[in-house]
Amino acid sequence: MQHPVSLTINGEPYTLLVEPYCSLLDMLRDQLQLTGTKKGCDEGDCGACTVLINGKTVTACMVLALDARDQDITTVEGLRQGNTLHPVQAAFVQYGGVQCGFCTPGLIMSGVGLLLENPQPTEEEVRFAIGGNLCRCTGYSKVVQAILKAAETMQAQAS
Amino acid sequence: MNRFAYREAQTVQEAVEMMRQEEGARIVAGATDVFIRWRQGVWKPRYVLNIKRIPGLDEVSYRPDTGLSLGTLVTVRTLERHPLIQEHYPALAQAATAFAGVQIRNLATVGGNVCNASPAGDTLPALLAYGAECRIVGAAGERLLPLEQFFLGPGHTALQPAELLVALRLPPPLPRTGALYVKHSPRSTMDIATVGVASVVSLAAQHDVCQEVKITLGAVAPTVVRAAAAEAVLRGQPVDAERIRQAAHAAVQAARPLDDIRGSAAHRRTVVIPLVQRTLHYAVQMAQGADLPFRMQRGLAVEAVF
Repeated sequence: MQHPVSLTINGEPYTLLVEPYCSLLDMLRDQLQLTGTKKGCDEGDCGACTVLINGKTVTACMVLALDARDQDITTVEGLRQGNTLHPVQAAFVQYGGVQCGFCTPGLIMSGVGLLLENPQPTEEEVRFAIGGNLCRCTGYSKVVQAILKAAETMQAQAS
Repeated sequence: MNRFAYREAQTVQEAVEMMRQEEGARIVAGATDVFIRWRQGVWKPRYVLNIKRIPGLDEVSYRPDTGLSLGTLVTVRTLERHPLIQEHYPALAQAATAFAGVQIRNLATVGGNVCNASPAGDTLPALLAYGAECRIVGAAGERLLPLEQFFLGPGHTALQPAELLVALRLPPPLPRTGALYVKHSPRSTMDIATVGVASVVSLAAQHDVCQEVKITLGAVAPTVVRAAAAEAVLRGQPVDAERIRQAAHAAVQAARPLDDIRGSAAHRRTVVIPLVQRTLHYAVQMAQGADLPFRMQRGLAVEAVF
């Protein structure tokens, strides 16, 4: 039986009908066509489906869509301001943190989630924060550089 | 794949009543175990009962005289970051940092990790070593059960039908107590422990005599276990490197490991020794007042190849 769920996604209010066993990931991708959030393993292992719930990173494949009721969800589509990329997105482009791109939305969301909690992370803290995201192309170095650069940019913008 | 129904409880009593009236429930909070096990076809619940919206079950409270109370819905991420847990129950906070990745720690709850009753559950050796007690509510009322009696086997607990684990209580640590958890696994994050060890050591007020000690092992038996023989080597004795070495060797007696994809039984038995030795070494140093910042404790808590 489908149940209604009301929630906020990228600043917009939605009410959707979902089955009890529908994940937040499937709801985002299949009902809302927000396919920026990727489905990798569907078991919580790869981090490709990372989104923010109330500013905290979660793997959307592990969240019951119905449990997202009244929550504030941010996906990679919700990061840009108008035509300007989020500083983490811009730094991924600048530093070559993107190769095949499949893990990229998840890694970007983990970077954004980290900087919300800790605006001036050390390299060790960045590596710790992205431990739940698998990338088979980059070797992570450029991803780490990008997130550190984004932290600098955001600090400069804030001051 | 079966299609489960969805229920949500607003109070503990309502959750118990729902389970009493309708069989086939799987309780969910973080859902990180249940949802995946269902998708893999391992668990086939008739319905999931979401307890995450029950008010008050996500609270952490600490009092020096009564100790720590953790609501069942407290997330692993909170265990990792809570200043009072880092200060008074450091092995629990260390274990939380070794648990999966940030995304899962933000979802997973301490009650869920306990009720899942995996022998490799990362929070379990620390909870057991700190003497945790389970507060359980059922139709007949409330009962308290030591965590040591809660685990019956892999995935099997002492919870009766229509009972809910609502909180964990940890007694206050004695003065001059130190503790370390070390997880040995192939990967540093997003992995399951091949072996996990927690040691909590309390020293007497004067002289470095071991007043109390708990040593617990994960992933080497059907449940997390205490290494009683190792504890007996130290309790009431002056602690030095030689006695720590003897205790570490005695700890192997509690291990009844299996061969699996993460390591052979022989490998697990071998790894227990240096892990127990190291946890005791640092626990004693911390009890003696060594300044070991949490960032360094976190580094010690994971021993991985990658």
